Amino acid sequence: MELAAILVLPVIASALSLSPLGRRYAAPLTLVSTTAVLILAVDVAALAAHTGRVDALDGWLTCDGLGALVLVLVALVGFTAALFSWGYIAGRAGHPVHHVQRYYGLYNLFVLSMLAVPLLANVALMWIAVELTTLLSAFLVGYEDTAEALEAAWKYVILTTLGAVFALLGFLVLYWGSRVAGLEPFTWLGLVEAAPRMPPALLWPAFLLILVGFGTKVGLVPMHTWLPDAHSQAPASICALLSGVETTTVLYVILRLFPVIGGAHGLDARPWFIGFGLISVGVATLLLIYVRDFKRMFAFSTVEHMGIILVAAGLGGTEAHLGAAYQITGHALAKSFCFFAAGMTVMAVGNQDIASVRGLIRSSPLAALALVAGGFAIAGAPPFAIFVSELVILKAGFTGGHFIVVGLLALFVVVAFCAVMFHINRMVFGIPDRSIAAPTIPTSCKLTLAFAAIPLVVIGVFVPAPLLGLLRAAAAAMGG
Amino acid sequence: MSSPAFPVIAALDALTGALFLLAALGVVATRQVLASLQLFILQSLLLTLSAVLLGIALDSFHLFAVAAITIVTKTLLIPWLLRRTVSAEVYRTREIERALNIPSSLLLSAVLIVLAYVIANPLLAAVTMPFAAINLPLGLAAIFLGAFTIVVRREAVPQMLGLLAVENGVFFAGIAIVPSLPVIAELAAAVDVPVIALVVGLLMRQIYRRLGTTSVGHLAALREQ
Repeated sequence: MELAAILVLPVIASALSLSPLGRRYAAPLTLVSTTAVLILAVDVAALAAHTGRVDALDGWLTCDGLGALVLVLVALVGFTAALFSWGYIAGRAGHPVHHVQRYYGLYNLFVLSMLAVPLLANVALMWIAVELTTLLSAFLVGYEDTAEALEAAWKYVILTTLGAVFALLGFLVLYWGSRVAGLEPFTWLGLVEAAPRMPPALLWPAFLLILVGFGTKVGLVPMHTWLPDAHSQAPASICALLSGVETTTVLYVILRLFPVIGGAHGLDARPWFIGFGLISVGVATLLLIYVRDFKRMFAFSTVEHMGIILVAAGLGGTEAHLGAAYQITGHALAKSFCFFAAGMTVMAVGNQDIASVRGLIRSSPLAALALVAGGFAIAGAPPFAIFVSELVILKAGFTGGHFIVVGLLALFVVVAFCAVMFHINRMVFGIPDRSIAAPTIPTSCKLTLAFAAIPLVVIGVFVPAPLLGLLRAAAAAMGG
Repeated sequence: MSSPAFPVIAALDALTGALFLLAALGVVATRQVLASLQLFILQSLLLTLSAVLLGIALDSFHLFAVAAITIVTKTLLIPWLLRRTVSAEVYRTREIERALNIPSSLLLSAVLIVLAYVIANPLLAAVTMPFAAINLPLGLAAIFLGAFTIVVRREAVPQMLGLLAVENGVFFAGIAIVPSLPVIAELAAAVDVPVIALVVGLLMRQIYRRLGTTSVGHLAALREQ
């Protein structure tokens, strides 16, 4: 029942935001709906971690450990970003009230499409949900209505839709294979079970088409070119969703293929996961050194982290997969926090240029502190979760004998750490070039930072037993 | 070909497929926006024809549904939507800017078509399926040509038509490899294509209003220095 409610609530919130009631109450309505969805999602996750799988509506909706992890993260960032939107969107000058209403109408539907991806049992319907994440967020990316924002929105829609159409062909070929194997309901569970009977000549091209097609939306190099544009031009609240969870939601689909391919004879997805992952991490690290725009910096960091998670999945084994699940969690929490901090910095200084910001700690101490904390969290300093998850992944690779992969990954991670902290250090400390008036930061944005900081700090220090259970269930769903 | 059970329909489908590929080549090579829209409509009609032929041969109701949806969305809805949103861009006669000249584009297109056959061969060798030998490689070729169109065109309308041509290619292949597909084909065609067209069309109108052009190739503010 909870599963269905999670998908119904955002529809109601969207309709109310667009109705006359939404003229004044779109933001609080969205907040109420996302809070309810978060509570339901935590409930579902607790159940899924305990029993292994939750089903609803005759099996049309289903949720196992990996799905529940993604579901909770989407719901959580959906909530914090809604809270941040309240003050941030109201404070953007030059937007009439119907723009704000449309923002919340689309916001709720965008979150709905991401919630649907891990819940829909039918793989075909899941493809449609992934495709809708792009189409529903296109106008949110272009919300600022500047030439740059529209350019970013255009590239985002054309390239990720092209990717999704390639993935569609992949899913059609996968369906072809599942019919040859005599599988009737086209679900992930059924695919894992039917994989050994599918002709490898069909399974393999299907895998490659989906990896490259959806890899475009995840931001894997070399299909990543749209990502830094969209993730830097959208409003900060939308960036938190795009970078924090939308990429993860699509990566989730690619991770789902891992046990399917693993079950087939003579096929090995691991070199492809590790190859694409390492190239993404390496190129993102290089781009992080030369980046000039602090929102682009966090966008490149997303490419880096997607690469790390893919490498972890490719290394295989329970330990590496546990590291991947932990990294997914840490990244979603830290990256959304970073974009909230970046949004506050934009409010304080009025642009996104790293070189033009000096001594932020004097003009806007809150934004500066948030940037430093977010920087440490995302770059992987102790005591944050990403430090632990990266250690787990490196250790798992080392014990598995993948010395070259581990060496390269460690090198890239360390260089990326230095690059991110160098840029943030430049912005936060030093003497300001010009005096900036202390900005008035909306209360809802301050509350968002406080709320988003709690899980960020807590799960780095210790992992509560229910979360550990969920991470283990997620790792198990990725296959050995 | 591979379908001795339906020799006449197979021959007609092969002819349709050849024309389908020619239309895709036309979308790559034509100089005018209006002509590329007309070629796209022609391509969609040929997709419909192939779906009807396969629907008759395989006795599949789903393929008739795909045909009906394709006719409505791609030959009626999309041209209407383009006229509503960016009519000045579509109906003003002028040449489209492109990143590569036409002879080189066609040469590369030929390479892409050969590549499509090379990729399709192992799949066809593994599983026999009536009509797949015709539709899969031709659909794949149309996908590559559509993607190539997006890369070489620098304007919004041709890029959108390239994207929809890729979608046509996927369906041209799809109707042969999964003729009984209950959910994907119909829902995707019925929901996805109009939504893509709507979102892209509205975005184009917004770009046109803000910038006075839809020459998206000139939008290059966002890049690494």
